[in-house]
Amino acid sequence: MASVPAPARVPLGALPIVRSPLARFIVRRLASLVAVLFTITVLTFLIFQAIPGGDPAVRMAGRLATPQQVQDVRVQWGFDKPIYVQYARTMEKILDGGVISYSQQINVEQEIVRDLPPTISLALGAGVLWLLFGVLFGLLSAVRAGGWLDRLLSAVALTGISMPVFFLGAIMLYWLGYKWSLLPLGGYVPLTSDPWGWFTHMLMPWVALSVVSIGVYSRVLRANLLDVMSEDYVRTARAKGLSERRVLIRHVLRNSLAPIATLWGLDFAWVIGGGAILVEAVFDLGGVGQYAAQSIGRLDVPAVMVITMLVAFAVVAIGAIVDVLYALLDPRVRLS
Amino acid sequence: MRLLAHNRWALAFAALFVAIVLLCLLAPVYAKKIAHTGPNTNHITETVSVDGKQVDVVSPTGVPIAPTWKGRFLLGADSNGRDVAVRLLYGGRNSLEIAAIATLLTMLLAIALGTLAGYARGPLDAVLSRVFDIVWAYPAVLLGVALGVALAVGGIDLGLFTLHGGSLLIPAFVIGIVFFPYVAKPLRAHALSLREREFVDAARVEGRSPLQIMASEIVPNLASTIVVFVPLIVANAILLEAGLSYLGAGVQDPNPSWGTMIADGIRLIPGAIHLVLVPGIVLVLTVFSINVFADAVRDALDPKAALRGRL
Repeated sequence: MASVPAPARVPLGALPIVRSPLARFIVRRLASLVAVLFTITVLTFLIFQAIPGGDPAVRMAGRLATPQQVQDVRVQWGFDKPIYVQYARTMEKILDGGVISYSQQINVEQEIVRDLPPTISLALGAGVLWLLFGVLFGLLSAVRAGGWLDRLLSAVALTGISMPVFFLGAIMLYWLGYKWSLLPLGGYVPLTSDPWGWFTHMLMPWVALSVVSIGVYSRVLRANLLDVMSEDYVRTARAKGLSERRVLIRHVLRNSLAPIATLWGLDFAWVIGGGAILVEAVFDLGGVGQYAAQSIGRLDVPAVMVITMLVAFAVVAIGAIVDVLYALLDPRVRLS
Repeated sequence: MRLLAHNRWALAFAALFVAIVLLCLLAPVYAKKIAHTGPNTNHITETVSVDGKQVDVVSPTGVPIAPTWKGRFLLGADSNGRDVAVRLLYGGRNSLEIAAIATLLTMLLAIALGTLAGYARGPLDAVLSRVFDIVWAYPAVLLGVALGVALAVGGIDLGLFTLHGGSLLIPAFVIGIVFFPYVAKPLRAHALSLREREFVDAARVEGRSPLQIMASEIVPNLASTIVVFVPLIVANAILLEAGLSYLGAGVQDPNPSWGTMIADGIRLIPGAIHLVLVPGIVLVLTVFSINVFADAVRDALDPKAALRGRL
């Protein structure tokens, strides 16, 4: 009994479970996820608390409520408690899965689950499009750097970057939808009930959302490719007598894709988390982004908190997956 | 600068941008001398003569007149019978004013905090860097909409000065906050490397205070990075203003901006597509010319800087 060692502080790395680099990486990312979720929810809560005229009890009690009724709502929902108690209670309900929105008083998490299919459809299709065309345009631009094709693609990319998505969306809706009746005028059709309808409904949102990213990705990739092309090992590869195509694909492109992969992970996560508010609104997809916009407009704190948590979670999780995949593909990259 | 002067395209688009800015600044002159109406004046029940015929400004079914290509209603009217050309110029003034103030705020915040974090290192740097990360990770549109809605409802009272709900300074303030980490992070990294250089050591040996060193040794050496970011932030600020206004979290009615004008037009589709096209094309031209110029500046000064636009 005498010599029970005091529970010394064990560095994380000394625990046997967390010795493998992958496990350590995951533990570290989880810790940062918790930190990010905490700060972002606190921040959101504070922003909405600071809003003048944002007292939820007044709005919930209705326009003709007596002061007594407002007070009742306040007590019933706990708005009379100190702010940190309110925050803790809201977070508790969110983690329980039982958080109710202020405005419609329906379960927020169920509402988001219902809104996820259009948002995931949007993210998947647009993500594939912008990655494919971003890489294609970037590659063509870099190979023909300074030539007319490079100039043309650069002009196209810059136009894409300079275009507000909702403007592009409106133009497409007008001509492809109203004028020529080629595609449906917005809305969402579930993939399971009508695959062709799903595809035609998603086509315009996919294109509208990817145009900006194609511009950004092709510019970033072009710059990276040009950097890598001036490396010594590329000259060596050429000197070995490898074909130009092989040098380009195996040696140059492969080593230029890291920033693209990271960017893609972030942007994809951001769309999943409801970040494509503008595209979802223009095409009336009824996804998470549109729910976010409505909830913010109604100053609906619980809904906004859950959505920001979803975004942060998606960004950290998908970022981690991209990093792991990249470390598997490229032996020079370490998970640290 | 020599490289820049040789890039004819960049100069041509810079000239186009300056022309657009000048036209917008001359909005009151156009309104008074040519269009004879103000940006918020309704002509919903009036008629205007086109090719000798009297035409309703807004038809009985609510469709506004298309561009007349004459002094009055040069670019048509909107659903309230307001002159689109006049609103375009006034709206441009608002959009550009917001972008300019937002960029100023972004740059001031980024220079002050980025330099401080990079020069101070240690715990102060750790705290500031986390602040940059959090604002950066918070999705720009979501943060902008949240702040914009929050402030547009009741304005803000900062003790020293009060902003009313409809003030243009609110979207400018929101956009300035959203973009500052994009600039603060690279500036911090740059300041971190500059502080180890001999000329900074020399200044320290001379006994100058950290504030003096930051102001006279560090910041001037950040100039090239700062110059690269200014046009990029202006371009993205114009786009974000349009996005916020489209969602109702930016410029408030009846005050025009390019974003609110496009949003009004979208609500009328398929009625009057000119309401979308006119402000949209001018906005794209403006942002495109800034981006071409920004590209040229970046090539001339710093080939590695990049800003991710997420709108």
